[in-house]
Amino acid sequence: MDGKTIVCRCSDVTLKEIRKLISQGYTTFEEIKRLTRSGMGPCQGKTCGQLIMREIANARGQKIQDVKFQTNRPPVVGVKLGLVAEEARRNEK
Amino acid sequence: MKQAELVIIGGGPAGLCAAVSAARSGAKVLIIERNKDLGGQLLKQTHMFFGSEKQYASLRGIDIPAILISELEKYKERVEIIKEATVVGVFEDGVITVLEKEENYFKIAPKALVLATGAYEKYLSFPNNDLPGIYGAGAVQTLMNVHGVKPGNKVLMVGAGNIGLIVSYQLMQAGVKVEAILDAAPKIGGYLVHASKVRRMGVPILTSHTVKEAIGKEELEKAVISQVDEKFSPIEGSEKTLDVDVMCISVGLTPLNELLAMRGCKMKYIPQLGGLVPLRNENYETSVENLFVAGDATGVEEASAAMVEGFLAGLCAAEKIGYRLDNFEEMKNDYLKQLEELRSGPAGKHILSGIEQIVL
Repeated sequence: MDGKTIVCRCSDVTLKEIRKLISQGYTTFEEIKRLTRSGMGPCQGKTCGQLIMREIANARGQKIQDVKFQTNRPPVVGVKLGLVAEEARRNEK
Repeated sequence: MKQAELVIIGGGPAGLCAAVSAARSGAKVLIIERNKDLGGQLLKQTHMFFGSEKQYASLRGIDIPAILISELEKYKERVEIIKEATVVGVFEDGVITVLEKEENYFKIAPKALVLATGAYEKYLSFPNNDLPGIYGAGAVQTLMNVHGVKPGNKVLMVGAGNIGLIVSYQLMQAGVKVEAILDAAPKIGGYLVHASKVRRMGVPILTSHTVKEAIGKEELEKAVISQVDEKFSPIEGSEKTLDVDVMCISVGLTPLNELLAMRGCKMKYIPQLGGLVPLRNENYETSVENLFVAGDATGVEEASAAMVEGFLAGLCAAEKIGYRLDNFEEMKNDYLKQLEELRSGPAGKHILSGIEQIVL
């Protein structure tokens, strides 16, 4: 079994990388996100979220419901900054 | 900034029913739908529904949106629909932001919201799980039943829940061979009527099995499966290799909850409901005032339950902003009773054990 197991499809993060970080003591989703960009891509954690939470839970001997996901922030999909500026200008008038 | 009375996010089964119910009560309704067509998951459900007549049982899912849309047309002077638009933010002051066709971004200030965003498919980790040919079962259903595209020739279905079983049957209807259906659980998760149907057609359903590895250069060529023990660990020596060019991952859905979480709704992870869901009261209003939820976003269930929740949430959201039907109590009790009936079976018991943890 030498194939890669992809956990985050947006940023090509593998299960091996996630497990290595967890073994180094990074046992929250937010920490792993900052180090790998998992959860920051176009899907905003919809593929990797529960997979990483499950890994964290297993490593900490917890249940998945006891593991925190990341903080959700707008926008949930990519928006061109020009469009945001246009709407801001419209609202100023 | 656009002003609105009641904004409904999502035009699937729950959202459409919420819109019908709120418009019938007299509220001005704005539906925001991400896709080109209203109907959500109903649009690809070519099978007949169970349940009672009130939830359109014995009809095929694909025929239900037209019925709900014609119902909405009765109130067309107070119904607005924006398609191909995504709500990208929900803010503390109640304002929402919308991206329409990737070329128009604007704010809306609604009096109340019904969030009916549905759910999305969970994924699995195994070596080479990113090879082309590996899909979510729902994605394959969309390819076949919406776009008329055959996904491949030989399929391994991973997951024996209702979606896995139904999509397997629909693949066979499309002339695709299903090599096997497997599930890590020791028992088949879906209804036995669906399981019997695919078994009669010669498809083995392998319980206590998992996919160990996908094999292929440019695309999926083979899948290695193995038996698992009671702790879901693969049993060494039990591996089998199947020649397949398509693998469908059907290991459950999880509520699409990011807008609720960003708005600050109190949330709880409930495994029976598929993931992180908002706490809500009997009227389907969340911990944030005037923010209602319905359908899979509040816990993954069948489309029939999503529709009734939609009717109920739409009725209550309209009432909350001043549009109370004369027979409000009667309608509300009818919807609550329908939900109780839908959840009265063995699968319902499991769902109810989750719901009791989120009702405010």
